[in-house]
Amino acid sequence: MALLQISEPGMSTAPHQHRLAVGIDLGTTNSLVATVKSGMSVVLSDENGHDLLPSVVRYYADQAPQVGHAAGQTPHDAQNTIVSVKRFMGRGLQDIADAGYLPYRFVDAPGMVQIKTIAGVKSPVEVSAEILKSLKLRAENSLGGELAGAVITVPAYFDDAQRQATKDAAKLAGLNVLRLLNEPTAAAVAYGLDNAAEGMFAIYDLGGGTFDVSILHLTKGVFEVLSTNGDSALGGDDFDRRVFCWMLEQGKLPPLSPEDNSLLLTKAREAKEWLSEHAEARITCVTSSGDVIDIILTSARFKELTQPLVVKTLAPLKKALRDAKLTPDEIQGIVMVGGATRMPHIKQAVAEFFGRVPLTNFDPDKVVALGAAIQANVLAGNRSDNDLLLLDVVPLSLGLEMMGGLAEKIIPRNSTLPVARAQEFTTYKDGQTAMSIHVVQGERELVADCRSLARFELRGIPPMAAGAARIRVTFQVDADGLLSVSAREQTTGVEANIVVKPSYGLAEGQIADMLQAAFTYAADDKDLRVQLELEVEARQLIEAVNNALQQDGEMLLSEAERADIKNKIADLQSAMGDVGKLKVATAALNQATEEFATRRMDQSVQKALTGHNLSEIQI
Amino acid sequence: MAITLTEPAAKHVQKFIANRGKGVGLRLGVKTTGCSGMAYTLEFADVVNPEDMSFESHGVKVLVDPKSLVYIDGTELDFTREGLNEGFKFKNPNVKDECGCGESFTV
Repeated sequence: MALLQISEPGMSTAPHQHRLAVGIDLGTTNSLVATVKSGMSVVLSDENGHDLLPSVVRYYADQAPQVGHAAGQTPHDAQNTIVSVKRFMGRGLQDIADAGYLPYRFVDAPGMVQIKTIAGVKSPVEVSAEILKSLKLRAENSLGGELAGAVITVPAYFDDAQRQATKDAAKLAGLNVLRLLNEPTAAAVAYGLDNAAEGMFAIYDLGGGTFDVSILHLTKGVFEVLSTNGDSALGGDDFDRRVFCWMLEQGKLPPLSPEDNSLLLTKAREAKEWLSEHAEARITCVTSSGDVIDIILTSARFKELTQPLVVKTLAPLKKALRDAKLTPDEIQGIVMVGGATRMPHIKQAVAEFFGRVPLTNFDPDKVVALGAAIQANVLAGNRSDNDLLLLDVVPLSLGLEMMGGLAEKIIPRNSTLPVARAQEFTTYKDGQTAMSIHVVQGERELVADCRSLARFELRGIPPMAAGAARIRVTFQVDADGLLSVSAREQTTGVEANIVVKPSYGLAEGQIADMLQAAFTYAADDKDLRVQLELEVEARQLIEAVNNALQQDGEMLLSEAERADIKNKIADLQSAMGDVGKLKVATAALNQATEEFATRRMDQSVQKALTGHNLSEIQI
Repeated sequence: MAITLTEPAAKHVQKFIANRGKGVGLRLGVKTTGCSGMAYTLEFADVVNPEDMSFESHGVKVLVDPKSLVYIDGTELDFTREGLNEGFKFKNPNVKDECGCGESFTV
């Protein structure tokens, strides 16, 4: 007979209607699936007792793809064995800096890069779906029923394209996504920080190849991600490499073959892991060239070798705190995530930085999946009381392009999700009937320095004088962090909208770089903004004067007056690019056309009155 | 008669209650639903109701409302593993017939 789990009081389900829900940590290196059984979050293991599923998919010409441990086994077929596919999710070929060094045959496709395998061209979404399918199967075997839904975790810095790609992969795998959840938030939930009264928490996540730090704020069971920061090129692997280099030095080894390199790297990693629990590690191996290595690495020496890497994690930590406007002593708890945080000197450095001991009770490899499972259990409706509502933030400001290439921010960075903001815009030219809306993401003042997310057009605006149309543009980001933008002309109700499935997302490191650049170039950007605004104004003025000249210039102005105005226009045109000259030339042209404007006004009044008698005019 | 827990079941219940951080014990019951008449319910108990029948088994307090008890009196609750799945199982001497999956039954 079926096996039962203990439910919350009053939450027993009808037979065959168990709301089985899982949390999935879809990781770069490893993936996990967890669920809540009898009120307890547990990671589900496979038939062989493995909790971690290596995020590896291997394609074959004549059989179904293999996933996980089986896929990583020899003989190795690098071209058809996709590892770390998470890095390619929602990415274009140009976003993958090291594409040339990877063994894959990339195909540049619109929207997202694809990979040519022996089983055909595969998109990262399809590859991820294979991993998710494998986890889904594991969960269904383990729980004895169909899954009602899953919560899948994503890095807090994942942009729209990457989140959408993750959702698409889940759909392809036949999973019902209850929610995409930020990884740091999931880690905090696993520790039950949602049950704490109130406070600020830091999540320190040092994975294999990436470092992320997030500051969360909790009030009355509501989580809010205050800030995120990190280093997309810093992880546990760098510690292995330091030890590896030290081994080469110690052994005075010549350049090695790729096989020997990977052998030594493995030894280095084993030594690192051993040193988390022991005072010294003995490293022994024989290279293919016959060189023998037999050295002792003490934990003190290891600490010395890798301390610079540990220190390197503190800068993003400081930046994240600064973004959240907090000092280290205001943080109530620190959650450690990622296998690399097992290293004692990392725990020590973090403890010293915050002046308190970080939380390490849970296995740092599993904590994200465990938290996701808890959230999935709530969302599936298996818990009645104190449902925790999770709020995340927009990692980079969202906005649109204005005339002159300026970016107007609609939703500022770190706004909590879900969020909707609207702003009114108008037309730039007389009789303008369409408006192109260019959605951008980033902190810089110029569109060229921001990331383009989408473009669409609002058509059917009734012809009106420039500035008369009222176009309301609404930005909306849902709880999963997906953006939709709509534009509506207020007088006619013409509408256009787009769900942003951006063709290219942001590379992981780019968000950090973009933020950094925004701070560095803040002053320059401001100056440029002023200049561009003046230029837009100048062009509008020139256009208006030219129109007026064409219509009434011959009739209302003398030869000399016309020449003067034309000279002033030329002056203004040549002043583009110089803020000082622009101001002077704009003022000069305004002044020179003042009289002309007055005469035009008189003329139009006369026109209006001509042919009418007084009685008609007096109303 | 009474309701009992096997030792593995009691151990797991204690672990789950400790993890949950609250709860006075375990509540067993039946509700009239399912493909074969009755279905078991298995829940954490936060309060003892005045009418509850209370049993103690391997240190776990088991609560059953009197209406449910007539259908499950004599039941032993076990914790077992089947393949990758593990969970609780009712061994109910009152059952005459049950649906294929065993989640619902008739007496």
